[in-house]
Amino acid sequence: MHDSLIQNDMNAPAWKGGDVPYKASYGKLMMWFFLITDTLTFSAFLAGYGFSRFKYQEKWPVPEDVFTHFPFLEGNHPLLFVALMTFILIMSSVTMVLAVNYGHKMQKNKVILWLSLTIVGGILFLSSQAWEWGHFIHGDKGAVELKNSEVVHIMEDNEIYSVYELMGVGSYDGYKYFDLTEFKNRFSEEENLRVRLSDKTFLDHASSVEYLENNAKKVLLGANLKSNEYGHVLFADYFFFITGFHGFHVFSGVVLLIILLINTIAGTYERRGHYEMVEKIGLYWHFVDLVWVFVFTFFYLV
Amino acid sequence: MSDNNHSGNWWIWKVFWILLGVTAFEVMLGILKVDGYLPDFLVFDTFLGLAWLTHIFIVLTLIKAGYIVMVFMHLGDEKKSLQWTILVPAFILVPYLLFIILTEAIHANLML
Repeated sequence: MHDSLIQNDMNAPAWKGGDVPYKASYGKLMMWFFLITDTLTFSAFLAGYGFSRFKYQEKWPVPEDVFTHFPFLEGNHPLLFVALMTFILIMSSVTMVLAVNYGHKMQKNKVILWLSLTIVGGILFLSSQAWEWGHFIHGDKGAVELKNSEVVHIMEDNEIYSVYELMGVGSYDGYKYFDLTEFKNRFSEEENLRVRLSDKTFLDHASSVEYLENNAKKVLLGANLKSNEYGHVLFADYFFFITGFHGFHVFSGVVLLIILLINTIAGTYERRGHYEMVEKIGLYWHFVDLVWVFVFTFFYLV
Repeated sequence: MSDNNHSGNWWIWKVFWILLGVTAFEVMLGILKVDGYLPDFLVFDTFLGLAWLTHIFIVLTLIKAGYIVMVFMHLGDEKKSLQWTILVPAFILVPYLLFIILTEAIHANLML
């Protein structure tokens, strides 16, 4: 496809680098080989997630119950924010492929335009992820951690009832800790509240009070690597690890794109006679989008 | 696809609309599932240990992945030998990994 890019001498003998069986340049091949290894890395992460999810099937949080918020909107909007993040990343993939396309045509100004928009998309995605992490870490409605480290939720009918509401404060009033005894007292006064066990079965109010009295260790607010108000702690660990590793890929991609943009503006590729570097970084950027497509499905949808 | 078909930008936007449409469809299915509007057999009946809805999501995801790799990453324009070099390791190793690990997980679950 890009014969002019292939530096090798086609007439040289096979063992002197003369054969170019793949008709692709060295740099592009190496980028592809890197992406193969990265594919296997991410597959291993998602397979590990699958292992834990199948192993603790009964206790695994339902993702649609975890990621339900949208900036500046009240109420429950499951999947909406992550759909927006997906849209941003797909859009930035489109601007990237446009930059590559204009690179082939040696149209420097259009390459600059579309590369800049790709960088904007990458930064928007990273900001969205920061918001989502912040929200996940702060937590939503709180839960109770038991002495055996399991997590149970307070329920009103079939909805999780906010611990903050029970304690009479707002969830963003800065409370990071609630006294367990006071919590249990308030819980026992609210006849309509029940406990949902980690395997999603319900207790009635009287046995809930007794259950909390015997088993509760502390009121759990938010999520981190050691505890997770949404359910099994491994869910939080995988969330931070997989989306974090992907986010780091996006961050690296943005850095590469900025270098690429500077070089384009400086005319480096114009002088070199081809924009193959845009194509190579483009491969990496599309791969990041590709990984997100799988993370979106296996972390948020199923 | 050869270079000749790449004269305009229409093929980029075509793939964009496909990706957007498939994603919107997935999100719609997800929201319908949360609200309980999907037929029971999609959500509760399983095949190979996964709900039918999950199989639908996996197929849609693979369609999206195919468009990204073959068109956006131009793998469809490379030589056949390069295409196979890149795809075969993934096609063999990833299903193998998933098979052994998920099978093991089901046994681990039974031992809890």
